[in-house]
Amino acid sequence: MAKITFVEHNGTEHVVDAKNGLTVMEAAVKNNVPGIDADCGGACACATCHVYVGEAWVGKLDKPSAMEESMLDFAENVESNSRLSCQIKMSDSLDGIVVTLPESQH
Amino acid sequence: MDPQTRVVILGAGHGGGSVAAFLRQYGFAGPIVLIGEEPLAPYQRPPLSKAWLKGEATADSLALKPLEFYAGNNIDLRLGVHAVAIDRASKTVAVSEGAPIGYDVLVLAMGARARRLTIPGAELKGVLELRTAADAEKLKTALGAGKTLAVVGGGYVGLEVAASAISLSAKAVIIEREHRVLARVACEQLSNFFQSYHAARGVTFELSAGVEAFVGDKGQVSGVKLADGRTIGCDAALVGVGAIPNDEIAKAAGLECNNGVVVDLAARTSDPAIFAVGDLTQRPMALYSRSVRLESVPNALEQAKAVACAVTGRSLAPPEVPWFWSDQFDLKLQIAGMPFDADEIIIRGDPDTAKFAVFHLKQGCIQAVEAVNAAPEFMAGKQLVASQKPVARDKLVDMSISMKLVAV
Repeated sequence: MAKITFVEHNGTEHVVDAKNGLTVMEAAVKNNVPGIDADCGGACACATCHVYVGEAWVGKLDKPSAMEESMLDFAENVESNSRLSCQIKMSDSLDGIVVTLPESQH
Repeated sequence: MDPQTRVVILGAGHGGGSVAAFLRQYGFAGPIVLIGEEPLAPYQRPPLSKAWLKGEATADSLALKPLEFYAGNNIDLRLGVHAVAIDRASKTVAVSEGAPIGYDVLVLAMGARARRLTIPGAELKGVLELRTAADAEKLKTALGAGKTLAVVGGGYVGLEVAASAISLSAKAVIIEREHRVLARVACEQLSNFFQSYHAARGVTFELSAGVEAFVGDKGQVSGVKLADGRTIGCDAALVGVGAIPNDEIAKAAGLECNNGVVVDLAARTSDPAIFAVGDLTQRPMALYSRSVRLESVPNALEQAKAVACAVTGRSLAPPEVPWFWSDQFDLKLQIAGMPFDADEIIIRGDPDTAKFAVFHLKQGCIQAVEAVNAAPEFMAGKQLVASQKPVARDKLVDMSISMKLVAV
């Protein structure tokens, strides 16, 4: 079990508990956190689960796959800490991770 | 918004479940009743032909929301119940169990059902279809190592299941009426690519083949009899020949229907108090100046958001470019747009490398892109479909020029 803090574009925070192995996207969707659409359900096919990962956590994540990189390349308002949240699997080492949501997923 | 507005949603699939979730997300506080015919709370269907068959998904991972979500958000989820009739005058719905339910806003989300073949033997045990988790469970049981699955219909469902069967060390034979797979939904180049890729991994094909009957032994299917007289032996047969919208009660209630319930861009039917979403609907597609019935999750989600916007008084988001995806073996196919009225096909990349994209153009503008293991082509193509900006053909075919530059 690890905690994730989602910060909406307007500053609203949602703190949820996620089992190890669950992705950050799944944790958001199952808790009805607004701002993560995840149209494809985690198939890395749509880039509608874009998040900005808190600086302290960026280095703890596995590097993005080529697929994720090319999907992100065409998402809107991409920053150096942008990731697709369906590709981030939770583990104890990510307990407390903070992710900020973009204004829109399209 | 009147806090007493009562929303009743008929159908608890991806569309219906998402309407309830978006309503709460957008701050709707009134009562919501969500009625589903299946015994399960809303779940994702796309993995049923892939991860589920291969044992890589669980009921929990498929669930749209955990069960607690519905009680916790005051959503009255009634499972194993279906609507029998809509009385628009009294704004009530008669259901298979319990008293009629009154509504202020009604949302139809009954989806579509698998088209069945009315041929001899169709009732045999082991003649299967794939729409629901229960269907998928039957199929999974039939797919052991060394078993042979006959797939009637070479569409996306058929190809995905055949790929899953091979990875489970079963055999798969695809029987298709047309001379190529994906005949109704993809261009010839893409059909040929998928057929070769599947054939190289052990899937066999019977093309231009009519199906006369299923033959059986002691009530269990044992083969598919073709029009040319041959019988293809099998342990189970999956019929994947399209779906038909569950629009009967909408028709009976006098709502405008035309291969699905006719809705506008806000997902409203011909009755302003009734909306409809998902596979059930015939919807406008302004980009192509026509209406279509789409069977896809992104379409159901777009319409679910439109309903939640209408009920909560939010402004409607601009229409999205329709898109689809399919996973087969290690291939990820992503499609954006629809190739209506296309007058030119441009292929970027080499199909032999299993990394390429097929662009469909109309007067130099991209109408649709079919991208195989080619995310940049899909993403840039989707943006170009939306903008309808003319594209430079010489750049589009040149793999050394990135899609970022093509899309500029």
